[in-house]
Amino acid sequence: MKKSIILMIFLFSIILNSQEYFPINTGVKTKPNTTVAFTNATIYVTPTQIINKGTLLIKDGKVLNVGKAITIPKGTEIINLEGKYVYPSFIDIYASFGISKPKRKPNSRNSKPQYDAERKGYYWNDHIRPDTNPINLFKFDNKKAKELLKAGFGIVNTHLQDGIVRGNGLLISLNSNPSSSNRILDNKSAQYLSFQKSNQSKQAYPNSLMGAMALLRQVYYDAQWNAKGLSKNNDLALEAFNKNKNLVQIFDAGGKQNDLRADKIGDQFGIQYTIVGGGDEYEDIDEIKATNATYIIPINFRKAYDVSNPFFASKIDVSDMRKWNQEPSNLSVLQKNGIRFSITTHKLKSIADFNKNIQKAIKFGLNKTAALEALTTVPASILRKSNEIGKLQKGHYANFLITSGEIFEPKTITYENWVQGSKNVINEMNIKDLTGNYTLSLNNNKYLLSITGKGRKLASSIKKDSLKINSKISYISNWLTITMNETKDSSKFTRLVARINDVSDNLSGASVDADGKKSTWRAIKNPLEKKEIKKKKKEATKLSITPVTFPNTAFGFSKRAKQETILIKNATVWTSEKEGILQNTDVLLKDGKISKIGKNLRTGNAKVIDGTGKYLTAGIIDEHTHIAAVAINEAGHNSSAEVTIEDVINPDDIKIYRNLAGGVTTVQILHGSANPIGGRSAIIKLKWGETANNMLYKKSPKFIKFALGENVKQSNWGSNNTVRFPQTRMGVEQVYMDYFQRAKEYNDFKKTGKPYRKDIELETLAEILNKERFISCHSYVQSEINMLMKVAEKFNFKINTFTHILEGYKVADKMKQHGVGASTFSDWWAYKYEVNDAIPYNATILHNMGITVAINSDDAEMSRRLNQEAAKSIKYGGISEEEAWEFVTINPAKLLHIDDKVGSIRVGKDADLVLWNKNPLSIYAKAEKTIIDGIIYFDIQKDLELRKSVQKERNTLINMMLNEKIKGKAVQTPKKKASINFHCDTVLEY
Amino acid sequence: MKKQYIYSLIFLFIMGEIIAQQTPAPKQTKDYSIEGATAHIGNGEVIENSLIMFSNGKLKFVGSANTKIARLGNVINAKGKHVYPGFIVANTSLGLGEIDAVRATLDYDEVGAMNPHIRSLIAYNSESKIVESMRPNGVLMGQITPRGGTISGTSSVVQFDAWNWEDAAIKVNDGIHLNWPQSFTYGKWWLGEDVGAKPDKKYTTNVEKITTFISNSKRYLKSDKNPKNLPFEAMEGLFNGEKKLYVHASGVQEITDAINYIKKAGINNIVIVHGNDAYKIADLLVKNNIPVILERAHRVPSSSDTDYDLPYRSAKLLVEKGVTVAIGMEGSMERMSARNLPFYAGTYAAYGLNKEDALKLITSNAAKILGIDDIVGTLEVGKDATLFISEGDALDMRTNILTHAFIQGRKISLETHQTKLWKKYSKKYGLQ
Repeated sequence: MKKSIILMIFLFSIILNSQEYFPINTGVKTKPNTTVAFTNATIYVTPTQIINKGTLLIKDGKVLNVGKAITIPKGTEIINLEGKYVYPSFIDIYASFGISKPKRKPNSRNSKPQYDAERKGYYWNDHIRPDTNPINLFKFDNKKAKELLKAGFGIVNTHLQDGIVRGNGLLISLNSNPSSSNRILDNKSAQYLSFQKSNQSKQAYPNSLMGAMALLRQVYYDAQWNAKGLSKNNDLALEAFNKNKNLVQIFDAGGKQNDLRADKIGDQFGIQYTIVGGGDEYEDIDEIKATNATYIIPINFRKAYDVSNPFFASKIDVSDMRKWNQEPSNLSVLQKNGIRFSITTHKLKSIADFNKNIQKAIKFGLNKTAALEALTTVPASILRKSNEIGKLQKGHYANFLITSGEIFEPKTITYENWVQGSKNVINEMNIKDLTGNYTLSLNNNKYLLSITGKGRKLASSIKKDSLKINSKISYISNWLTITMNETKDSSKFTRLVARINDVSDNLSGASVDADGKKSTWRAIKNPLEKKEIKKKKKEATKLSITPVTFPNTAFGFSKRAKQETILIKNATVWTSEKEGILQNTDVLLKDGKISKIGKNLRTGNAKVIDGTGKYLTAGIIDEHTHIAAVAINEAGHNSSAEVTIEDVINPDDIKIYRNLAGGVTTVQILHGSANPIGGRSAIIKLKWGETANNMLYKKSPKFIKFALGENVKQSNWGSNNTVRFPQTRMGVEQVYMDYFQRAKEYNDFKKTGKPYRKDIELETLAEILNKERFISCHSYVQSEINMLMKVAEKFNFKINTFTHILEGYKVADKMKQHGVGASTFSDWWAYKYEVNDAIPYNATILHNMGITVAINSDDAEMSRRLNQEAAKSIKYGGISEEEAWEFVTINPAKLLHIDDKVGSIRVGKDADLVLWNKNPLSIYAKAEKTIIDGIIYFDIQKDLELRKSVQKERNTLINMMLNEKIKGKAVQTPKKKASINFHCDTVLEY
Repeated sequence: MKKQYIYSLIFLFIMGEIIAQQTPAPKQTKDYSIEGATAHIGNGEVIENSLIMFSNGKLKFVGSANTKIARLGNVINAKGKHVYPGFIVANTSLGLGEIDAVRATLDYDEVGAMNPHIRSLIAYNSESKIVESMRPNGVLMGQITPRGGTISGTSSVVQFDAWNWEDAAIKVNDGIHLNWPQSFTYGKWWLGEDVGAKPDKKYTTNVEKITTFISNSKRYLKSDKNPKNLPFEAMEGLFNGEKKLYVHASGVQEITDAINYIKKAGINNIVIVHGNDAYKIADLLVKNNIPVILERAHRVPSSSDTDYDLPYRSAKLLVEKGVTVAIGMEGSMERMSARNLPFYAGTYAAYGLNKEDALKLITSNAAKILGIDDIVGTLEVGKDATLFISEGDALDMRTNILTHAFIQGRKISLETHQTKLWKKYSKKYGLQ
């Protein structure tokens, strides 16, 4: 079977350019004249070059000529297209046509994770498959081809949608002529990439988005190394990758955030990807525009939710409902921002929805010319085939549509879709339109007959005065038949029959009643009523699109929050500095900085906030969080120094807003603890509504997460996870010894100036040795804490922070000596064996030993009330309130090396402040205003307004959706968004 | 040989004294008077400069220190301090699990769907290190509850200073816990399903399983009970009013369905546990006199468009409608976090309740719901002298600092595994 497919393909590829030398045994070898002229049509040579009453001349599957007054050679078949339109057929630039995706191998109960590649002679990671040549897998899919032809497509660009690097693709003509051997227009149409792993391999790495990104970067470096001929081994994957380098690079990113991530990788290696988006690009249009990429956009608009059950409806997130309302405007927004895009059927469940959805996009503001371009000239140009496809110019493939009117008009009927000069009938061209209202006369009775529908698919409704009469209509060949059941007696029917002629719009013919009595009937077509037209217009203008907010979720701001000059008057100011607590003090914020601290400061033009009876503090800093990221653990290797959380920040995470409401202004998003050497972290300010880039600290101190103990030994991962090194604390030490030794050798070799294979992982570790990157290490028991300090000392650097560090109190003296800081939980314990000796007095003991101590959260719940967690150190260990407050402000700032900017109230520092209604350490305290860089990001009063608008929006959208359901449109079952609360040990397959 | 055995036993005993947890306090023989404190009675009342006296484990006097009355026994001067009734944590698995990640230490979840006969009390570990860590925070009693299945089993109420589960018990087999099916289920991401939740097509079937089980048990109890059916036997208390049915449910549909089906089945003593959306149908709860054991205040809102403080306000939203509310602990890290019970009440106070009403959630209301309000829950004469003295407001972590605690008049130790390690290492470093 397989062999025969390969053989067939082999035949195809030989036939590709010509059949002329093929013997024929079915008749005589005469060549028919295939010249056809289509005359009197409105011809769209391109979306902008339109010829009225023009002629299109085709021969041998290509356009011979097109124009107004062109000579038609003798013997040409002439097809008169009077009143009709001709358009280039569409191109679907992103499809899996004829290449089925391999299924993922099911997990068996006892299967151990697979860490190594299965393929030999290829790259070390099986998800990198640039050597894939889909021509070996391709099988023309007649059924799908028909659907695509029906939707107006003449060409699809297909590839194997599997893996991170996916190899090249095929440009296929949907020529349905079974003898056609010209279908494959290009067998290396582009190189394809994505962030998704291959289904053909169970190799564990990467299990996260950031791992996929790091892997891709390493592939580029390794490919460069290979291209220079410096690689010690042959690598068929990298060789193929290098061969594909000059092809168009199409990246399936699949949504606004990943679009930006893909582009970021491209920028790093000087590659401009063509990006397959996700339909939500309108939400962050400025950033999308800044990528300068051309986009391929799916139009799988979600259906309205079925909100008729209020319990179920209440589970749907308002932002999901909002997306239903906004999504159809995506293309229009892209177009208005001058972003080049093509449209694809990718992700559409049914291709039949394609035209409907294009029409919807047009209704939502998409320009029709742009829509046509997105389906013809743009994909042609992306594929560097502007001279062959996408237009009806001389020499182009004769791929075109014949329609009854302007394309994309709901009423327009597509008659024929010609591909390479072969005709495919979609709807009969010369069928008469019978729709309309008629006055029907039968046996001296008058009825109102309305015929609705399109082409031959008609529906009838008959009324006698106001009485509705059951009827059925059919239109086959030239004959119209109507069956009516006037008496509601199901044994008595009257049949009408009429032959349709071109002369008159009226209908007439014979009738037979229930008793077999024959008679005649007539139906006179009524002119279209004016009222109806008016009503339709009115509905078209009713469109309402919810404005995009920043971020585009519940509690997003209608405009990005702005910096202000703010004077907070007469507050109790907790400085977290040696000045301690200042009573009745004013603080002036200007240009994003703390400008003045004093009494009775002059107001000037500042916005005044009365702080009387309130407490002003520096914003809370969380040294250890996992909010605002789409991935936390790259667990596919025991070291993942090459990955960075900066790649996977999610600025739309509601947890950012909730943290602001808890007075948090800065967080370090740490990699998880799935491996001894984790990933690089991201330090961000919680600037709700800003982009991921704008949240990151400029010139941020560099950090990496390390981890010790049960998580990295995979102690609690189940009995299958017993094969990855290390499985004991003894092994953990050797992982470090090994990696640091290698990093040292790498670093030393690099300094020699000789060419070296760039290794992102070792580069990162070398930064640690060079004291350019700090370690924050997840740690619990004293033995391992002690061990890591000794490893660091052997390599002549220091651990910056032990995070969690629940047994730190047992080695506080050694920690002090090493000079490491501690970022700990207030009172967590007993969740694992290694925290059996965790005590809530840990923070105070470490602090009393002179170690810089912070209280962290590691948890999206606790992070919103770190003030209370700090206060627990007053209960457990009896430190002062001021010291406790430093645990969540200046101390974490010190640990993160950002104490020159944030963490205390001092003139010149960033204006990152919180105004509390009560003593901030009290259980009764609420953050009333949270300010970052002089911008108010949380205001307890404004929050009340936001709540109201969430409720209002919910009600509006619910009513819109109910209307949709009542109108009979398809709706989907309500769905509640899953929210995963990331912790250190959250390992997900992305 | 025999002698040696005895010696080593004695040795072990002495060692045990030193390194194991503190010894449970003996029966009260000395009387106590606490004078001068602000007494929080637990029913909403506060007595400034109070006098509280107890002997033989029972409260003998609760009133003003200005009262001319002879002080009993030891007088504790508690001027500036606060006295509270011992806090009660409802719906907890304390003593049924020690270390989450170590399966051998976990005893709260039995195999099977309908387990009313499973009893938590006999597995309750009175020497749990986690239980002992409750006491320095004022949490002195708990409703020990099994987990899992549809009917998890039968709970009992214990106090936290005991040699064994028999000593610990305050109320044996107080109720049966039923996990009501959810109308929405989450996709199984590990099977490649969409992680979002969708209406559960099996909801009706799942509910039917419960109603069938209840009606079968009712029929059995009216029959000659032959052969004996252990699960059905355990259900008897629900019909004769001896046990309460604790229905663990959160959504509007689930709670409404549960109340209707269960009442129809002839069970009238119902308590809703969790009840995240219960505030939306508070009137129904009031009408049927059904209390709610809310979850801890410190949780995240259930969806991203929910008000950030809705979990914090949830107690107020029910209390203002007249629902009796207590606080329970179920879910992630539920045992070790139970010591934060006072701070959950504090948070409910910060977001809408007045402090004394918030206090009720973990004192008198909890006692009422668990059916132990005749002996504990408030500082009232005749009740158990289960109480503590705090340096300040016990609902605030800054000031929840206990100086004394009594259970049934027995002065209990406030030392724990954790305080011992604290002292041991403080001493090592010369910090204290």
